[in-house]
Order: sequence, then structure tokens, then C-alpha cells
Amino acid sequence: MRNTLIMDAGLVDFIEKLPLSKQIVTHIELLRKGVYMLHFLRTADFLPGQVVAISTDLSVPPRLYSICSGEQDEKLSVLFNLKSDGLLTPKLAQLSQGDPVWISTPFGAFLGDDQPAWWIAAGTGIAPFRSMMRSGMANGKTVIHGGRSADSFYFQNEFLSAFGENYIRCCSGEHAEGLYHGRLTQWMQEQDRLSKDQTYYLCGSAEMVVEVRDILIEKEIPIDKIMSEIYF
Amino acid sequence: MKNPSLFGKTLAEIEEIVASLGAPAFTARQIAEWMYKKHITQFDAMTNLPKSLRHQLAQGYSIELSTAVKVQTSVDGTKKYLYPSTGHTFIETAYIPEGKRATLCVSSQVGCKMGCLFCMTGKQGFQGQLSTGEIIHQIRSLPERETLSNIVFMGMGEPFDNLENVMKSCEILTADWGYGWSPKRITVSTIGIIPAMKTFIENSSCHLAVSMHTPFHAERKKIMPIENVYPIQAVVDLLRRYDLGKQRRLSFEYIMFKDFNDSNRHIQGISRLLHGMRCRINLIRFHPIPNSPLASASEERIQQFREGLVSKGFRTTIRASRGEDILAACGLLSTKELVKTQAPDF
Repeated sequence: MRNTLIMDAGLVDFIEKLPLSKQIVTHIELLRKGVYMLHFLRTADFLPGQVVAISTDLSVPPRLYSICSGEQDEKLSVLFNLKSDGLLTPKLAQLSQGDPVWISTPFGAFLGDDQPAWWIAAGTGIAPFRSMMRSGMANGKTVIHGGRSADSFYFQNEFLSAFGENYIRCCSGEHAEGLYHGRLTQWMQEQDRLSKDQTYYLCGSAEMVVEVRDILIEKEIPIDKIMSEIYF
Repeated sequence: MKNPSLFGKTLAEIEEIVASLGAPAFTARQIAEWMYKKHITQFDAMTNLPKSLRHQLAQGYSIELSTAVKVQTSVDGTKKYLYPSTGHTFIETAYIPEGKRATLCVSSQVGCKMGCLFCMTGKQGFQGQLSTGEIIHQIRSLPERETLSNIVFMGMGEPFDNLENVMKSCEILTADWGYGWSPKRITVSTIGIIPAMKTFIENSSCHLAVSMHTPFHAERKKIMPIENVYPIQAVVDLLRRYDLGKQRRLSFEYIMFKDFNDSNRHIQGISRLLHGMRCRINLIRFHPIPNSPLASASEERIQQFREGLVSKGFRTTIRASRGEDILAACGLLSTKELVKTQAPDF
């Protein structure tokens, strides 16, 4: 890949775009206890894998959320985990249809393409990969999703339909049919023939991303082939 | 249950507390001065406060301070202190004497969320934010406190991911009712979280250091995931809006990795990125960490790189390596001591 000072779309004028604009919530879904999907009308184009900054009002610092809807979807959607001691997510969880929220235009450089690759996520880290999948980038992908319980594999029907056996759900907390019982990192450790030519996209907490990245490096995957997006 | 700590409160916060206790507003400054100027650790020692107020404070608050659980001393005099934080986690503070100067490298978080490929702290994940009191405590409880000439927020964690407490810490360190340090003796280092950096620049006079490590977007993404959302070009664009160089020091940190970011092309890239900016570039030798694909550039290459940047007009220094025998790079000690109490969610 050619190194360049030219950045991916949406980043150069990011600072100008930082001011948030008011949007209206179209609806909010509870996916499982403490995990929500928030939908807005889409007013800007985006690239699959990008994020938006969101706040409920200008007194709460905005936080970044990966877009989980496809680029052709009518609505723009994000996933979030309710943090009971947080400033923002308890307010987000209280939103309902018609409520205003403050949102930035999409930006970010964790961008997919249609080349064969691995998408590796934990929890709500699956969000950008759903966006990529719904935007026509499913070709040749292997999807590894880690979660503690059987109900933490958000959009699993969509992923099963798109990827079949190339969609692996690693469940650390319980046994269930069709799930690998164990941590995502354990599953990764067990793989002895990982392609060195494909790109590995990682998305989730710092702990997960760092651990998986270390495993990939141990297995001699070049760092050129590892792309990470960390939720902070 | 343990009383909440009063240590680490700003003057405004103490004013709210004394008001809630029905005490006059001026007692807030007295309390702040007892804690931050006279370093007392018991309310009874605040002898210019009414006894009733001292009693009320003792009933509702604490000002006791913990001590380091471990100290390692390097042959070069560098000391690394390990302090307990909440939840069986630890934070590190490095004391680095050098001639007449002595620098304290403080932590702002337990662990870190940023996941930089070259950083040991990132390997322990993120355990929590340090409170303002826990940040200030690293300075307050240092046995060598009186010898300090500089404080740098370059220990564990990303300071601008804990902006509120870092800003309050800087306020307590520099206020006349606090430690009374000049902001020019304090440097906050960031990987470039743009909104927080903007707030810091506009509300603090402390020095700013930005971790660059490569001027190239595609390359920086490989070693610093933050580049996906806050690219170095956008960070520099923001910094250009402020006349930082006159008022305070702006520096760029650059760890030298062999065959990764140490070429002449990188000198050109840095030169283009920072063209015309009043800043300093600080080259840093890489302390190898376990399982890292990165290696330190050679001494010869680091010197050549410095000369290349100097020839482009940039003030460029090479940071002295300190405490190598005690694993003084951030996160190495606490990661070894970390007790994980939470099951991961993956």
C-alpha cells in the first residue's frame, strides 16, 4: 500500500464537521438487556466502517459510534451498550421516536473493501462489519464474533444467511447449538493455517483487539495486514 | 464504607462542599492550602478551621493517602513507583532525575484503551479512569517531591481520554491555592484526541506533546488505531490554528522503529506535515516489549534522522533512555503486577 498524506474520505475536513447537527430519532430497539440499536433519518452519505459522534444534548460530550446500517439503507443506525455509570448512554437509552439527538457527519478510516478478508469482532464491535456486509462487501469474508452469552450475537440471522460456515460465533459464557464454546481468542489460537495474504479487521474493546492482534503477530501475520478499530 | 476523598477536589468543588456544611466560603481556600501547600493528611491539623467544621469534614470525607506498594530503582537513579488503584489494579509513576532536573512521569488511567502496537500499557486493556486525587497523589506522595522540576503526563493511559480529571489535576498543580507550579513545568502528552485536545489548548497553559511516530496516514493506522478517527493531519491542522509556540511548548514525540519509520522519506514527510510550525521533535528509542514485531532503530540511524530533521529547520532532540534495567517504559511494571478480576466479554 502506498503511504500518503492524503487521507480517506471524510477526514480532511473533520474539524470543520465536528459541530453537531440536530437529527430526529426514528426508533430505538432493545437487542438484549443493555444493548440498543438507535436509528435516525440518514442525511449524509458515508463509507461502510465509518463512525458518527453522537450526543443527546450539548451539555454531554459526544462519543463515537460505528454505523451499523448499510450505505443504501434509508436509516442510519448505531449500536450502543448501556453503561449505567456513563454520562451519555443512560440518556441515549431513554430516547424514543421523535426525540432530537446531536450527531456529526460520518467520518473515519476503518474502511472495508470487497477483497477476501477476516472480520473479527467482540460484542457491539460487530457494527462496522454489518455496515460493510449490507453495503456489498461480504464477498470472501470470514466473520468471527465473540460474546459472553448466546444472545450477544447481534444480527446473527443476517450473518448466517450471508456467510454460512464462514460465520463463527465464539461464546465464552454458555453452551449452545451452533456456537463454539470458548473465547474468541481461544478459537484464534487453535487456527494453524491463517492466510498471510488476507487482511484482518479487528473491532471491539482495547483488550480484545490487543489480544487478537498479538495472536495474529505470533502466527506471523504481517502488521500490514492487521487493521484495528478500538472503542474508547 | 470509606468516606469520599477530599484530596483532589478543586477550589470550586471545595467551595460547594463547605457551603453544604454551612461554613463560610473563605474556608474552602484554607482547606485547599492545607491539603496542597502544607501537605497535611488529617483534618485535625487544619488548625485555622473551626473545630466543628473539622469534625464535619472528618465525618464525611477522607484525606488519607496510600503509599507505593513497590519501588524499583535503576542503576541510573530512575525510580518506578507502583501505586494501588481501585479493583486490585496498579498504576505506575516514574521518577527520573537528571543533573539538576528531576521529572515525574505520571499516569492518568489504569491501563489504556488506545491499543498502540508499541505500548505495553495497552496489553493490559483498560481497567479504569484515575480520579483527580489519584493523579495528584502520584506527586503528593512522592518521597522526592521537593526535588521535582517537571511533571509529564506520559505514564499509563491517554490523558485526553480522561480529560476532566487531567484538567482538574493541572488546575490544582498550577493554582495559587494549589501546588503553585508554573504551567511551563507541566507537559501533557496525547495521541491526538481532537475534541479533548481543543478543550485543553483553550483552557490550559501547560505544554502539549503529540505522539506522531510517523507522518503517514496509512502507516500510522497500522500502529495506532486512533488514526482511523483522529488522523495526524487533522491533529496538526487543529494545532496550526493556535499560536502555541510563543506561549508554550508544542512537541511531537517520535519513537524510532527500525525499517518502519526511520527512512529519509519519513524526514521528508515530517517536514511537509510540520512545515512552518513552531515546535520541537523529540526522538525516542524504542524499549522492546514482548511479542512486538517492532525493533528500535540503530543509534547511528537515530543520529542521522535527527540531523536530517535539524537540516530541515526543526529543533530536534533525542530523549535519553532511562531506567531500562527496571522496565521503565510505561505499563511494563503494572502489567506484570496486574490482577485481572473481570471476565472478558469475548
